Amino acid sequence: MDRQQEIDLARAVLGGDTAAFDQFVELYRTKIFQYSYLMCGQREDAEEVSQDTLLKVFENLNQLREPERMKAWVFRIAKNACLMKRRRSIFAPKYELSLEDLMPPGEWHDGERRLEIADWKNLPDAEYLAREMSGALRKAIAELPEIYRSVVLLRDLEEMTTEEAAEILDLSIDAVKTRLHRGRLAIRKKLDDYLRTAERV
Amino acid sequence: MESQGHDALACSEVFELLSDYLDGSLAPEDCERVRRHIHDCAPCVEFLESLRQSVSLCREYGSIERPAPLSPDVRERLMELYRRATHQE
Repeated sequence: MDRQQEIDLARAVLGGDTAAFDQFVELYRTKIFQYSYLMCGQREDAEEVSQDTLLKVFENLNQLREPERMKAWVFRIAKNACLMKRRRSIFAPKYELSLEDLMPPGEWHDGERRLEIADWKNLPDAEYLAREMSGALRKAIAELPEIYRSVVLLRDLEEMTTEEAAEILDLSIDAVKTRLHRGRLAIRKKLDDYLRTAERV
Repeated sequence: MESQGHDALACSEVFELLSDYLDGSLAPEDCERVRRHIHDCAPCVEFLESLRQSVSLCREYGSIERPAPLSPDVRERLMELYRRATHQE
């Protein structure tokens, strides 16, 4: 479902269209479950977060007027529900990622030489590869420190705007951008390691 | 290759800007400086391609993990709240 369809669905729900209710519940139940599974690390926590989030959404639905804001509003509720579960998270690395560590070794200063990275130019298309590498990708995302993971999930998996992610996470625009870049670089590095191992095999 | 000239960017500076470059969120003059640098720099082109592919993979990521089916009790409770919020009862 693309962005416009999500907004149309939110408009129908806000307008009291009960036919849209089940589609809305299923869409967000799945989205929140997947987000919170990667945030909390436990299936049962993710089940509870998605259920609690939807209860809160419908309890407070009359506070929301603009359908365009629905997705960010729902995810903000989900993010807070995830924070309540954090004490039980198995993924809690708190360290910060430095750009230096994320820069691959190689001859950066000689434009003719290759970096020591996998051959990313000749990969199958992203849709196919995302299925093939689903496990490696999941691990790369799950192992990110939480401050980067939350931004990557909203910006790249849910394809929200920088402004929406900033609103949901109570961060400045610059903080979202900085964390997104470091998070992306860390995922790239893990996938690169995976591809190089696969190449060797 | 490291570009020459007083406004030229080093690889490490380009490296910091690559997500904004991919997202099209750089100011036009910074975008132009990055473009000029990578035009002549094979390692930066190669790295940019790997980052672009990695971001595409995240966008295509669809977890095979699904939530358990919604129980009829919970659905009923949600519907009740929905009807109340939209003044349908």
